[in-house]
Amino acid sequence: MVAIDSNASAGSLTVTGTSVELVDVVKTYSGHAALSGLDLKVEPGEFVALLGPSGCGKTTALRALSGLEGIDSGSIRIGGVDVVDVPVNRRDIGMVFQSYSLFPHMTAQQNVEFGLRMRKVPAQQRRARASEALELVGLGHLSGRYAHELSGGQQQRVALARALVTRPRVLLLDEPLSALDAKVRVQLREEIRRLQQELGITTIFVTHDQEEALAVADRVAVMNAGDIEQIGTPEELYLAPRTPFVADFVGLSNKLGGTLVGGVVTVYGQPLNVLGEAPEDGPVTAYVRPEDVIITTDAGLPATVVSTSFLGSLRRTFVRLADDTVVAVQHDVSDRPEPGQQVALRFKGRPVAVTRQG
Amino acid sequence: MSRRGSARVGAAPGRATATVVLVIAGLAFLYPLYALAAFAFQPVGQHSGFTLQHLKALTDPVRAYQYDQLWEGIQNSLVIALVTVLLMLVFLLPAMILAELRYRRVRQAIEFVCLLPISIPTVVLAVGFIPVYQVMWQATGSVAWILAFAIGIISLPYAFRPIQSNMAGVDMVTLQEAARSLGAGWFQTVWSVILPNLRRGILSSALLTVSVVLGEYTIASFLQQNTFQTGLALLEHADPYVASTFALAALLFVFIILVLIGAAGTIRRNRKVSTWSPSTATLPPVR
Repeated sequence: MVAIDSNASAGSLTVTGTSVELVDVVKTYSGHAALSGLDLKVEPGEFVALLGPSGCGKTTALRALSGLEGIDSGSIRIGGVDVVDVPVNRRDIGMVFQSYSLFPHMTAQQNVEFGLRMRKVPAQQRRARASEALELVGLGHLSGRYAHELSGGQQQRVALARALVTRPRVLLLDEPLSALDAKVRVQLREEIRRLQQELGITTIFVTHDQEEALAVADRVAVMNAGDIEQIGTPEELYLAPRTPFVADFVGLSNKLGGTLVGGVVTVYGQPLNVLGEAPEDGPVTAYVRPEDVIITTDAGLPATVVSTSFLGSLRRTFVRLADDTVVAVQHDVSDRPEPGQQVALRFKGRPVAVTRQG
Repeated sequence: MSRRGSARVGAAPGRATATVVLVIAGLAFLYPLYALAAFAFQPVGQHSGFTLQHLKALTDPVRAYQYDQLWEGIQNSLVIALVTVLLMLVFLLPAMILAELRYRRVRQAIEFVCLLPISIPTVVLAVGFIPVYQVMWQATGSVAWILAFAIGIISLPYAFRPIQSNMAGVDMVTLQEAARSLGAGWFQTVWSVILPNLRRGILSSALLTVSVVLGEYTIASFLQQNTFQTGLALLEHADPYVASTFALAALLFVFIILVLIGAAGTIRRNRKVSTWSPSTATLPPVR
């Protein structure tokens, strides 16, 4: 795997960002609503990730935007112009698919030239621009290779070059990394982010991997049941989830029972402030992040260590409380609690998301 | 994956056993061919020996009338083969591509229809065709190529399978979507992306169709048409030696066709298409 030369110039591929807007988009498949009145506004040059579990409608939203899928009602605007009736090949979008989509009978170079050929760009100019795009994704030296002679990561880079070479108004990425192995995935997502920033192209990225979404996007839209639950910067979603679904889906949370009184939830005897708008007083579920729980040897909530696992830069330990609730705790790798060991828990006291119980 | 690298399947025979089975089976198939060849080059009335006199007879103007019908049959068969292949390219192929890309629900119906002729005895088909063709020949005069419509039906399964298996190995939907997202219209997508990737299937399908047409006897005979096989059957009474020569030549022709298909397949294998499969995807990320 060749790393992309971070000095490679974006040159002629730089574009002026275009705004994208989906207004009250509805799409149903045989009675099931894949998109139920979806609203999304993406600013020019912005990188938005659509995040959600499978079946939440994120891919349908992307396909509707690309024109590969028709919609039942609503409006889709690219650069302020409604494109609902514009066929996919005239929407001027670049798309990278989840499955490897390089044309197997063409070399990498010919693949990248394809979109230019369809736009009747003269051969010489076509070659130059395709070479430049391949150079940009760090594969200039492999331009003569066929898809089967490239690794998965390289194929997706060529697909990216192919999508960018026509200077589309919008770049759509449909889980482009999910077929790749973990290391290549991280590498490529950072490169996608760098390219996007360099080129200034409005980008919409669909993924079910919250880590991926939080790492690359300017804003993340968490989708559930055909609509957006919450859209915000990665920090907002993580630190201030507005719905239980978001709290549960983004990052790992301990769901702990507590009692809410006047905006303060008491969880196992410890008062914690509530994020955002507090529901009515009464029994609630509090979403406590594993990094907001501390294992101490001092006084605290008594617990027994169940298991502990090394995650590289940190360690995650599961402990069992007296009432059999299992709590995940994230802590420094140098602390090595032993399974069976008696410990005490304390909450750091950071505000938590809560939902009404029952 | 190399055979050596993979675990031996329990019931797989050893190398020696495989060779013995192959040789015995090969002999069982080759012996009749040898007998056919030996007969074709045997002097008249003898049980051994070698002569080219039967081949020379083919060019003898005095005996030319004996072979006229066979030559005409061969010409007719070639025309029928060409028309059948054209029908396949004009009707079957677009139908299959459309079904694969746009109307995926009808794929099974197409498969059923295409494989149906295998389960209907050709004699039954031929009897069914007679009234239809009576009308057609009354309308057009007896034209051989019309037979291609009937023979096209029995060659459907052979035309269908190679294309279908080729389609199964190519992610046509994604390729089509990729092409369209890059600005290609429907025609450009099919012409520059879909067809090049179905080349092997189309070629195999066409060549198999040709070999089916050349080997077809029942329908032509029932509809009283003169084709390669009916000509051969007639000639067998007049000159069995020359008939054997032609049978052998036809076998060789089909053999060459099969080698060509194999070669096309090998080229394809060497330029193997990588297809994404869920098994190659990494584990879901840790939440």
